[in-house]
Amino acid sequence: MPSPHPARRTWLNEALALAVVPWLPVPAGAAPGPSTAAGTAPQTRVIPRSGEALPLVGLGSWITFNVGNDAVARERCADVMQAFFAAGGTVVDSSPMYGSSQDVIGHGLRRGGAAQHVFAADKVWVAPASRGPAQIEASRRLWGVARFDLLQVHNLLAWREHLPALFEMKAAGRVRYVGITTSEGRRHEEFEQIMRSQPLDFVQLTYSLRDRRAEQRLLPLARERGIAVIANRPFEQGDLLRSLERQPLPPWVADWQCTSWAQLALKFVVSHPAVTCAIPATTRVDHVRENLSVARGPWPDEPARRRLAAYTDRLA
Amino acid sequence: MSEWWTYRLGSFLMFSPRTYAGLVERYNAELWPLQPLLVALGGLMLAWAWRARSPGPAQGRWVWALLGAAWLWVGWAFHLQRFAAINWAAEVVGWVFGALGLALWWAGALRGGLGFGAGPPAVRIAGLAIVAIALVGLPLLGAVLGRPWAQAEVFGLMSDPTALATLGFLLLAQRAPAWLFVVPLLSCALGGALASAMQVPAAWLVPALAGAAAAAAAWRGRAVSRGARAGPA
Repeated sequence: MPSPHPARRTWLNEALALAVVPWLPVPAGAAPGPSTAAGTAPQTRVIPRSGEALPLVGLGSWITFNVGNDAVARERCADVMQAFFAAGGTVVDSSPMYGSSQDVIGHGLRRGGAAQHVFAADKVWVAPASRGPAQIEASRRLWGVARFDLLQVHNLLAWREHLPALFEMKAAGRVRYVGITTSEGRRHEEFEQIMRSQPLDFVQLTYSLRDRRAEQRLLPLARERGIAVIANRPFEQGDLLRSLERQPLPPWVADWQCTSWAQLALKFVVSHPAVTCAIPATTRVDHVRENLSVARGPWPDEPARRRLAAYTDRLA
Repeated sequence: MSEWWTYRLGSFLMFSPRTYAGLVERYNAELWPLQPLLVALGGLMLAWAWRARSPGPAQGRWVWALLGAAWLWVGWAFHLQRFAAINWAAEVVGWVFGALGLALWWAGALRGGLGFGAGPPAVRIAGLAIVAIALVGLPLLGAVLGRPWAQAEVFGLMSDPTALATLGFLLLAQRAPAWLFVVPLLSCALGGALASAMQVPAAWLVPALAGAAAAAAAWRGRAVSRGARAGPA
């Protein structure tokens, strides 16, 4: 399969060769929110309900970690996780829907001894909801963690039944945060109603440089309600980057410290003040490092973000 | 499923084409050199079915027994043991394949109700061609389109050639109940959808051939009905 980011290495190499990547200060009027404790650590945003800080870039596992029993691919995924944690990442997201991904994550955590450091985000995806606890326990065993940090109702499946059970787990200390997920703009009206009516800690939704539907209502509502946001599909499973790969980066983003469309697209997502964390998925160590590096750069202000969105709309 | 129109075929693909290709490659490597033997066995089965002169000979029963075994093997060894690791739907498909394997044993090998021999020549030729394509054409086409031999999909080991060959054998049978066509047709449709989602070239071929087999079977059914209504001369 072709790489989802075929142009990334080229851009990176060119940038390094020309040594035109100065560390620039955060521009005036930059989007508020991200903070960093050290120069090399990825910047973070806090979870509104708790004040706990999360790195802006996490790791998704849809498709990329579903490699079954392929020993070589499993080690490659473990390498990706190792590089992810080494670069300061913590949030890893999966679902029982993702085939062998949970098992592969568990392998990566065991190999890297990282079960204590990961922010383990998983989902419940089963109907009837009475099977939810068994599914969650099976998922936990596959991950090899003591408990999940975040459990989300996957794609709102049986959410009326699952959410009370998840809130009970939270009250009993068996999970730290509770959320819901959607993707690709589906069921946003119902999603919004749940955000208004339920004491959610997290929502997970699709937000990308091209798919900005969440900006209309969900992201503002998340800020208003103090709900943390995980942005999935920031590269639209590679489609976005494939549509942009032949286009040059706009010259006016030079001070954003982005040398590829992947970095630019990710920076656009995590620079939205309502987004707590984005979870790009990858099978490549160089890509995971490149993704994490986005969480260290300066931040575009809102007019600059609008300008980039308009520019991309004309291209993609 | 709400907002179903927002889903694309690719939305249901939960593994990468590279992962799938690797799985097929390892499966083939573990079973080598079974592949050429199975193609040869398929050729022998085709010769038995084509040359049969009367319904229900022992060789005809062997064809269905071997086909049933092929479905059982593909269901168990490929879908349940391997593909299910990256595709939860394969677990269901594996059991359905097993059920059809048993049905072919029962209907063809035990009851002997699927004898080869008589039948409209055009339908028999269509059946012959479809089996031949399933045995030889599909692996060759894959190679021509750039798929490594190590990833070849071979009759008796993988879904598409097994399902397609079964449709061909059902056309070669003197008569075959419509329900026996259902699972092979669905399998070919699923295989085409999977290939299309993975952007495999000529993904339409297997579903198109399955559609042709269904059309030939329907035509044969109508011809038989007309013959029955006309009665003996």
